[in-house]
Parts: sequence; structure tokens; C-alpha cells
Amino acid sequence: MLSRRELLAAFLGMPFAAIACRRDPRIELPPGELAGASDQVGHRLRSPIRELPRDWISIDRVIVGAGVAGLAAAWRFAKRDRDALVLELEEVAGGTARSGATQVSKYPWGAHYVVAPLADDQLLIELLREMSIIDSSGEVGEEYLVRDPQERLFYRGRWYEGLYLAAGATNEDLRQFHAFEQEMARWSAWRDGKGRRAFTIPTALASDDAEVLALDRMSMGEWLDAKGWHSPRLRWYVEYACRDDYGALLGDTSAWAGIFYFASRIETPGKRSEPMITFPEGNGRLVAHLARSAKIETGWLVTSLIPNESGVDVVAMSRDGRHLRGIHAKQVIFAAQQFIAPHVIRGFDRDVSDFTYGSWLVANLTLKDRPRTSGFPLAWDNVLYESPALGYVVATHQSDIDYGPTVFTYYYAFCDRDPRVARERLLSANREQWAEVVLSDLSRAHGEIRALTERLDVMRWGHAMIRPHPGFITSAARREAVKPFRNIYFANCDLSGIALFEESLWHGVRAADEVLAM
Amino acid sequence: MNRTPILFLNVLVIAACGLVYELLAGTVASYVIGDSVTQFSLIIGLYLSALGVGAWLSRFLDRDLAARFVEVEIAVALIGGLSAPLLFFGFARLQWFQLFLFLVVFVIGVLVGLELPILMRILKEHLDFKELVSRVLSFDYLGSLFAAVLFPLFLVPRIGLVRTSILFGFLNGCVGLYGTWLLAPLIHRRLMALRIRAIIVMVLLVIAFLQAKTLTSLAEDELFADEIVYATSSPYQRIVVTRGKSGFHLFLNGNLQFASADEYRYHEALVHPALASVSAPAHVLILGGGDGLAMREVLKYPSVKDVTLVDLDRKMTSLSKAFPALAELNQHSFSDPRVHVVNEDAMIWLDRNPTRYDAAIVDFPDPNNFALGKLFTTRFYRLLRAHLTPNAAVSIQCTSPIFARRSYWCIIRTIEAAGFHVRPYQTTVPSFGVWGFALARLQPFEPPKRVVITGLRFLDEGTLASMFVMPLDAAPLPVEINRLDNQVLVRYYEDEWRKWS
Repeated sequence: MLSRRELLAAFLGMPFAAIACRRDPRIELPPGELAGASDQVGHRLRSPIRELPRDWISIDRVIVGAGVAGLAAAWRFAKRDRDALVLELEEVAGGTARSGATQVSKYPWGAHYVVAPLADDQLLIELLREMSIIDSSGEVGEEYLVRDPQERLFYRGRWYEGLYLAAGATNEDLRQFHAFEQEMARWSAWRDGKGRRAFTIPTALASDDAEVLALDRMSMGEWLDAKGWHSPRLRWYVEYACRDDYGALLGDTSAWAGIFYFASRIETPGKRSEPMITFPEGNGRLVAHLARSAKIETGWLVTSLIPNESGVDVVAMSRDGRHLRGIHAKQVIFAAQQFIAPHVIRGFDRDVSDFTYGSWLVANLTLKDRPRTSGFPLAWDNVLYESPALGYVVATHQSDIDYGPTVFTYYYAFCDRDPRVARERLLSANREQWAEVVLSDLSRAHGEIRALTERLDVMRWGHAMIRPHPGFITSAARREAVKPFRNIYFANCDLSGIALFEESLWHGVRAADEVLAM
Repeated sequence: MNRTPILFLNVLVIAACGLVYELLAGTVASYVIGDSVTQFSLIIGLYLSALGVGAWLSRFLDRDLAARFVEVEIAVALIGGLSAPLLFFGFARLQWFQLFLFLVVFVIGVLVGLELPILMRILKEHLDFKELVSRVLSFDYLGSLFAAVLFPLFLVPRIGLVRTSILFGFLNGCVGLYGTWLLAPLIHRRLMALRIRAIIVMVLLVIAFLQAKTLTSLAEDELFADEIVYATSSPYQRIVVTRGKSGFHLFLNGNLQFASADEYRYHEALVHPALASVSAPAHVLILGGGDGLAMREVLKYPSVKDVTLVDLDRKMTSLSKAFPALAELNQHSFSDPRVHVVNEDAMIWLDRNPTRYDAAIVDFPDPNNFALGKLFTTRFYRLLRAHLTPNAAVSIQCTSPIFARRSYWCIIRTIEAAGFHVRPYQTTVPSFGVWGFALARLQPFEPPKRVVITGLRFLDEGTLASMFVMPLDAAPLPVEINRLDNQVLVRYYEDEWRKWS
């Protein structure tokens, strides 16, 4: 076990750890639980489980994984009046978009917004219409768009509006920032010979023109260098986007992905970025809707998928390891991440080593009251400029509750170059130690956070999000992975190289359509 | 025993304290009740007569004069020292404040009246009568002069009424405590018990002095032109009531909500255009308006069967019900059986409740932060629309079209964007300046021609018609719509008011 001091030094930086440790060590941590993804159960797959069950049933279609992609496939099947069984390892569906609740509010455990869809994203439009979030006139209901004030940034004792630190910026800083914005607007207007956008959601509909794909060969850092944009504030701003969406630093993010983040959200130059749609429980609201039409059995670890002449034999084990069950399926949609495929699919010979995943720590802090702040008031997304973590979102913000108890959802993406190192660090500390890191980090901006926190729950996501490292978007492995393997079809946002709800939705529906076309 | 010079110094302090309590009571009374000539006259008269009562009563004290003297000092320290906070407290809670005031003044007067006769009798052993009377009385008048000069020039403007009162109570306590040493040879029994009592009272006063900060801060005392007669903090805002020559003022977070002298102009203009638009309004909704003044106007309509008032702040609505001065101003409207009060955020309440109303009065503070700004968004007005009967009328306070012209028109355009037909109107409220409102309905309409009820102080047919004429300097400006996801109004408002403050 690490000491408190070592822990803080490792995660928040040495000078800060020194300051934090001077505080009274007798202050007790608020209670809470480690909610974690089931790493221990999942890691049983590291050694192949060859055991076969005695009891077998037959179901035409089986979906492995009740994350957004798996649920999207089930949603599509239900619309086409086809049955499918979804098997999920965790106790609850939703994957990284799942949510929780205290008496104070619902809150997200991971993904917490989608960008209001542009015309290319017909699937999300369809889903949001179904949920009456988009009304008959095609407008997103005002109450679902992130409420103003949306974002603020803490820098040297004071909060500022927005995520770009404009306060104290030099003219050169601002010139570079505006040039960057113009460049993003330019990319939003770019069309190839077939009229496709360079960057769009879903990425499958984006242009494959060489000019665009060339961006994948360099890192976002190299791309900024090539433009001569060295302003620390601009680079912080762009890197924050990379850390937030990809769990990677500028040098480890494909420039294609870096630009995608900004350009895909702009309809045409001159228009602002499309607004974000959110809910107190984050994307948990969308998951709950998708799950309504699905038949899900949770607590089952799929140990083997054995393709044969008539389809696929599915073997699943209960979480406690005591029960095995077998399903003869005609087709299987594998809606888990690619790195798991070699451990589960018999005879799977594809190389998945190019698929790498970032590690995330998410903490939910139930507060008895809001901390007092100086400068710009509490927003939905609250970011600390000098912190290695991503800051927090306020769960009650979208419920219009402006006073009293609330829940802060704190995000920390580990951006180590080697994701395995990050994963080890994440799993090396327990709930109490992570709570200490979270509180110490937040106390940079909120000195009273310990006294206000009544509960602090922690989630450790070992394989949270696919990382679009340079070259990954255009890699042969990624293109190959989308293709079915015998009667097994693949659906997961890692196939896009971009961890977005919309990408999961796309791949889930695409895989379902492929099955339906058989 | 050559302690007499110090005893004369005590006389000086006692005299100063005595006069300060009298001045304090007079000042508090004239602040909270007004009519300073009457208040001062009554209090001086009562106080002087109480001094006489005290002097007369001193004849019944025979034994242990020194101990009695210390006891009287401790009592004066406690009651005199806490007199100003007690009076403010009583004013905020008691129906019969005047009686309470007289009681406090009388008790202090009697105690102060006891002081000098006892002291003179203690000193008479050491001085001949001529000398005694001359010295005691001259120090007495000197002390009074001292207090009379210090009170208006330093004490009230610099440390405020509450702290002045506590400070002088403390001085009385010092005299008492010091007396236990000075007069020790004359105190035969229970010297220690006297000291402990004096110390307890002085500690109490120190605590009160420090707590006075939480009642009103020094900075706050300087912020308001008039004396603060009541101040409290709720989870949502700072509520301050001041009293000046012209009457009461209510401030929320330092922003004036109304002045009792001219609030009738504001509230008649706010309420009657909407209620006069609807024939026999029965069910009325008031959003905000926790002062109960808009409700007072609404309750004037005999057709009104029920009024629902939704105001976030329970402290505000409770104050309006229980604070006698406010309750009188709103004509005890919170005690009307037709009234139903809900302490919730209006936006959340609208979202959760389905009831429809014949008229709605929207009286929120100006949109100077995002939590208030949301109550001026298309989302909010759409929610409101769903709570109206087809013929309903709504009036909305929309800040000043002169000081914050862009903000005003932003609110108007936002109400329109939510599907209302809107008639902007304005009037002049001396405390605020030119103030703007909106009359909104679900169908195209003309503003009402007359108010159907009588007994108004401001609105008549001509005034009503003139309000709907917007002057040139308040004419429309191009603005964005205020949406929940893009609160332009808060930004407009901040920009515009910055120029005036």
C-alpha cells in the first residue's frame, strides 16, 4: 500500500502533495463504496475457460455486452420484431454510460452528454425523437440542452467562464486561439467529391479522402507545432479536449481525432458548436430507454464463443463462478471491446494489439451544500486548470436546482503513454486512497470540500475508452475488426477509434442490420 | 481612604451611559416607528420620570449600600447594554412594540435613577454635603455632555446602534466590577458572588458584541443609507429591512425590492393591468412576490377565490407574515384564508404541478445571476403558459427599460418567443426610476381600458392608458432571446447596470 503522501505525489504532483500533507491527518474520510467495474471477474478470462456446460438452450440471436452498442443492437432487433438475448457481466446494464442515485440526485458514472445531432446522425435523431427529447418540429427541448452557465475554469484562486483561459491572455495567445477556431470552422465546411464532411458523427459517414486521413499520421501536438501554435493556453485547451474525450495527451492523440472533437460539432462556419444534451444521470437516461426494449440477463460472463457450421455456441458463467450455461445461437453480436475477443472467441486469429484503452477514475461526491466560490458561479462542468484531473460536473444542474445539496461527479483520466501503467496505478489504490486524492485535488478550489462531502463513491474503469493514438484511425487492424468473424458480428465504439455514445449506437445498429440481412 | 477621585470618574461614566441609553431608545424608536419628535419627546419624558422613580426608590435601600450599587451597575450593564438589540428584536416580532419600548425605557430609567443617590450616600461619609453635591452633579453633567457629543458624531455613524448599546453596557459592567475592589471594605458579604455576576454579564456582552457582526456587518451598516432594523440570511439571499425618514425599505442581496413610501405605484402597476384584463378572475398565481404586496392588490378583487404564491424563500414569506411593519404594509395578506403559500423554486414547481390559473403575476428580483435568469427564459415562460386558462392574463416585472433597455427588451422578446402576445408597459416609481413590465396573453389583445375595483392610490383610466405608451428612450432594441442554455439576459443585465452603479 502507498502512503498518503506517496499517493498524492503520484497522482497530483509533488508540490501539492507536500502542501496537502501538512493538513490535519485526523480528519476522517466521508463514507462510500468502491463501485468498480468487475475487474476480478473479468480477469478470469486471462486464462481460457474451456469448461462446457451440461444444459444448452437455443436462441437465435445473442448479444454479448449490455453497454450502449449491445443495447443499440437489441433496440434495432426489437424494432424489427426480432428477439435477442443480451448477456452482461455487470449487475447493471449501461457500460460506461451507467448511472447511480442518492437521495439528493441521480448522477452519472461515466459518459454524461451527447452533442445535439447534426443531419448525419439519423440514429441519434431517431432515438431522441422516440424519447420526445426532440419535438415534432425537430427542435431539442430547451430543458435537455445543458443549462447556462455551462463551463468554468479555476485558475489561481478564481473561477472564469468557459474552458479557454482568456483572463490574462496575451494578444498572441488570443490570435492563436482565434486562428485555431477558424481552422476548426474551416474543417467543418470541408467536403469531399461525394459531398461528405471531413469530420462527422457517426465517423463511418466521414470522408476517407487522403487529405483528411493524412491527419491521422501525426499527433495533435505535431499538428499544432506545424501550425506554429505554441500558446500554452491554446495547447492546454486542446489537450483538455484530448484528455476528456480520449484519455490521452496531445502527443499521444491522432491529429485526426483531435480535430474531429472540435470540427464535428460545428454545422457550418459562423455557427457555434452544437449544444450538448444532458440529464442529471448523464447518458444513463439514454441507456434506460434503450434497455426498455431489450431482454437482458445481467451477471453472466461470456467465457467462450465457439463458431460452428450452424452458428455459434455461447458459454456463459455466473459471476460467482458456480453456474455454467450454454446457448446454441445462430448469430452473435459481440458488443464488448476488441481486446476481449481473443480471450473468448475460439479460433480468433486477428491481431488486436493496436486497440488500447484509457483508464478512468470517476468519483461521486454527495454534498450537503455547495462550496462558496469566487469569480464565475458554479457551472455544469467545472475544471481546474492546474489539476491533472478533468474536474467535475454538477448532477443537479440540469434539474434547475440552484441551492442546497448536490452531487459532484469527478473525472480523472489517466493519460500515461503506456495504458498498462495507468491501469496498474488505478487498481493499486483502494476507495479510501482514491477518496483522498479526489478531495485533495478539489480542495485546490474548494477548501471546505471535506466538510461538505457526506458520501464519496468511487468507480475504477480499467478499460474505459479506446485511445485514438496516431495511426489508429487509418490502421488495417481497425478496418478489419469491423468485419464479421464467421457468425460473430462486432459492435463497439472502439471500432471507430472514438469513444462516443453515437459511435456505439451506430455500430450496434449496423451489426444488428448485418445480422438481419442474413 | 482616598478613592473618591476615582469614584467621581465613575460618576462620569455612569452619566454618559445613562444618557446613551436614553438616546439609543429615542433613536431606535424614531428609526422603526418614524415620527422622531413624538418618539424623542415621549422617551425623554418617560426616562426622566423613571429616573425620578429610581431616586425615590433609593430611600428604601438601607443596608449594604456598596453591594447594592454594584448590583445596580450589573443590572444596568445587562439591560441597558442589550437595549438596542432587544428593541430591534422586539420590533421584528412583537405586535405591541410601543409598549415593550416604554417598558424597556422605564426599567433602564429606574435603574439609572438609583445609581447616583446610592453613590452619594456612599460618598457622604467622606465629603461634606456642599462639596458632594457640587462634585457629583458637575461630573454627572460633564458625562452627559460627553455622551451627547459622542453619540451623533462618532457612535452612531461609526459603530452603529447595536454595538454602541453593548459597548456602554460593558462600561457599566466595568464600573460595577471595579466597584467590587474600590468599595471592598464596605461590602460585607458575598464579595466573590458579586464579582462573578459582573464578570458573567460582561462576558455575555462581549459575546453579543461579537455576534452583532452576524446580525449586521459593519460594512453592511455603511452600505445602507438608513438604519438597518432587521437583517437575516436565508440559504438563498440576504434579507435586510431598513427604516428611514420616508419609511421602510426591503433589500434582497443589497438590491432594493420596495420602499414603503412609493411601493403602491409599483404594485398597482404590476397587478391591475393583468387582473383588469380578465373578467372575474377566480384563481390567481403569484410567482415570487414574497413581500405579499402584489398579493395585497390581488386580494382586493372580490371575485378572487384563491391565490397561490410560490416564493423560494421561506424566511422571506414568514417575515412578511410575522414582521409587524411588513404585515401591516401588505395588509396581513398572508393571513387571508384564500392564500396558499408554497416555498419552492418557481420553475421546478411549475414543472411538477398541473393547475391552471386565470391570472398570473410574475414578480421576481432582477436577473442579476443565473439562478434568477432562468426564471426569465423561454423554457420558464413555456412552463407558465401551460398553467393558464385560455383567457388568462399575465403581468411580469421586467427591470427598467431606461437603465437596462436591452435587458428589458430581451425579456419582452423572450416572452413572445414562448408563444405569448405581449404589450410592454412602464411607469415611474420614484425609488426605482422608470420601471418596465409586460402584459402577456395567449391571444392577441388590447390593454384594459379601466380598472374595475375602486380605492386605488395611483391608477386611474388616464394613467392606465399612459403606461402602455413607451417613451422614445425606451423604444425596442434588437436583442437575442434568453434561453435556458444561453442566458444572454444575465450578461445584458450585468453590462447595463454596471454603467449606472
